[in-house]
Amino acid sequence: MDTGTPGELVQLLTPEGERVHHRDYDIDLADHEYRELFRDLCMVRRIDLEATALQRQGELGLWASLLGQEAAQVGSGRALAGDDFAFPTYREHGVAYTRGVDPLDLLALFRGVSNGGWDPREKNFALYTIVIGNQCLHAVGYAMGVQMDQARAHADQAGAVVAYFGDGASSQGDVNEAFIFAASFNAPVVFFCQNNQWAISEPLEKQTRVPLYRRAAGFGFDGVRVDGNDVLAVLAVTRAHLAAARGGGGPSMIEAFTYRMGAHTTSDDPTRYRLASDLEAWRLKDPVERVRSFLWRQQLADQSFFDEVESQAQDLAVRLREGCRSMPDPVPDVIFRNVYAEPHQQVQEEQADYARYLSGFEGLDTAAGQVRR
Amino acid sequence: MTEKVTLARALNLGLRRAMELDDRVILIGEDIGKLGGVFRITDSLQKDFGEHRVIDTPLAESGIVGAAVGLAMRGYRPVVEIQFDGFVYPAFDQIVSQVAKLHARTSGDLEMAMVIRIPYGGGIGAVEHHSESPEAYFAHTAGLRVVSPSNPVDGYWMVQQAISCADPVVFLEPKRRYWEKADLDVLAAPEPLFRGRVARAGTDVTLACYGPMVRTCLDAAAAASADGVEIEVVDLRTLSPLDIDLVCASVLRTGRLVVAHEATTFLGMGAELAAMVTERCFYELQAPVGRVGGFHTPYPPSRLEEHYLPDLDRVLDAVDRTLAY
Repeated sequence: MDTGTPGELVQLLTPEGERVHHRDYDIDLADHEYRELFRDLCMVRRIDLEATALQRQGELGLWASLLGQEAAQVGSGRALAGDDFAFPTYREHGVAYTRGVDPLDLLALFRGVSNGGWDPREKNFALYTIVIGNQCLHAVGYAMGVQMDQARAHADQAGAVVAYFGDGASSQGDVNEAFIFAASFNAPVVFFCQNNQWAISEPLEKQTRVPLYRRAAGFGFDGVRVDGNDVLAVLAVTRAHLAAARGGGGPSMIEAFTYRMGAHTTSDDPTRYRLASDLEAWRLKDPVERVRSFLWRQQLADQSFFDEVESQAQDLAVRLREGCRSMPDPVPDVIFRNVYAEPHQQVQEEQADYARYLSGFEGLDTAAGQVRR
Repeated sequence: MTEKVTLARALNLGLRRAMELDDRVILIGEDIGKLGGVFRITDSLQKDFGEHRVIDTPLAESGIVGAAVGLAMRGYRPVVEIQFDGFVYPAFDQIVSQVAKLHARTSGDLEMAMVIRIPYGGGIGAVEHHSESPEAYFAHTAGLRVVSPSNPVDGYWMVQQAISCADPVVFLEPKRRYWEKADLDVLAAPEPLFRGRVARAGTDVTLACYGPMVRTCLDAAAAASADGVEIEVVDLRTLSPLDIDLVCASVLRTGRLVVAHEATTFLGMGAELAAMVTERCFYELQAPVGRVGGFHTPYPPSRLEEHYLPDLDRVLDAVDRTLAY
């Protein structure tokens, strides 16, 4: 398998936290913006750690950890402008955070309280998509809609679209159809592949013989591989590709080269299929620690800043823990609501029948109570 | 304002009218632009409305429906054309996993207002995969609505009503009836989309059908009448929701029910109707609910399709068996 060469990787921050430069992509942030990126990384990692703990304690049915992928998600998420729209998989907790989704809404999904969680149009962030690759086509269709709006001279309705997917999804028909549609219509969409090397137990070489970003060439658009554990490089590259898409440059693909440090989900046992030594090698490339080193090295932050971020993360963890444990189950009537936008006789009859059935039990109110989106 | 039109022409007129009334309505599919679709249902619409509203896509059905989801999220009302029944399966994942569920998953925030038009059914001597009746798959899926017009007048109105509906509608067009004609009055008041209709009144047995089988059943009723048997033909028009009240009201009059469709009888619409009518009209039924339809086999080579498709004689045979009780 051709794994690519080191020179193909866009990097602006070495694993040691040293700032380096790239001929095609660069970034120059204000001091506080570097600090805010670090804060994001820490908050996202804390959300993930807390959720994993809540699953272990039986509060969540499942959790898909993003451990190791914080930079890929925060960097790309922070590259999005307000009008841009993102289509996530089920692991995009970091992107969700940058889009202003309350982490409790993510927990509700994995707790089994909701199948959604937020209004996609309010957050410009689609719902999590569990069927692998489906969302890439939605992203292209949405981007085609953006183009149509522009063709109708709604000049204020600009914006690009990001489709998130993984190395496993790159084998799916829908993802490849999305590439073809996007190319055919020159749609303003950035395909953002987090190559975390694993599709549950299947390694990257089961999915591809060439570096994933090079596949873009076969579909007729640009592809680039970025160090997915380098938040600066991810931010710079995603910004550039979003700007190109907004400017009529059509689709492109970013492969964020990273590593899934945790299990696929809490139901998985990665010790059955991968070596601890691989994990050790990637631990040295940690996305959070390299920014911490950079901030120290450049004297962009002092101990009080790091203490303050730690304290904020701690507060968030407490809020998530308490919020999750006190989250009520939805009322049974929710099953029947919003299946259709307009009345549907069979659903209405079943709804009434089940309410009648439940009314035979004492103390059960099927329709009253808190409803989580 | 009455004009004699074919079903194909009526659908074309209906699509045109919907596009005139709402500029968010866009058509998306394979060969629907310059060619006007393989059945010419979208004839000249791209010329009149432009390439931004009548979109020829790459040849990938999941891609078409998946893109339509994104377009609907952006506020458009996509009308998808799937070229033939047997080619909808690559899009089945998007239809069942995404189109059907997104309204509920977003607690009603998003509407998947989309129409998926599928020419369906046999009887045109086609090659494999061009004669199938997949309606039960879609009717079985919560979140989808499934309708099928049987004649030009319904075709004209129902396609517009489906486009106006806030829910996703699988719109099944009986392809062997595309060229049958009827008088269309575009100023008449349409019937509601999600209601069936008594297509012919009768007293002895109810014959429920939809889409391509309605013509066959009306012919069967005419033949039976000559023998003194009065069949009441119910054109269901909508399969999800199912207008069960109309069927039951008819069964209360006749005491007997036969369901006819081209699709495989086993686990088909007839099975659901038999169960529902038995639950609701048990004491009024004079005979078990009869079914006549396709066999539990792959659709045969076209030289054998007249054996597979229920024709007038097989429908009457089922009626006779029901009347024998």
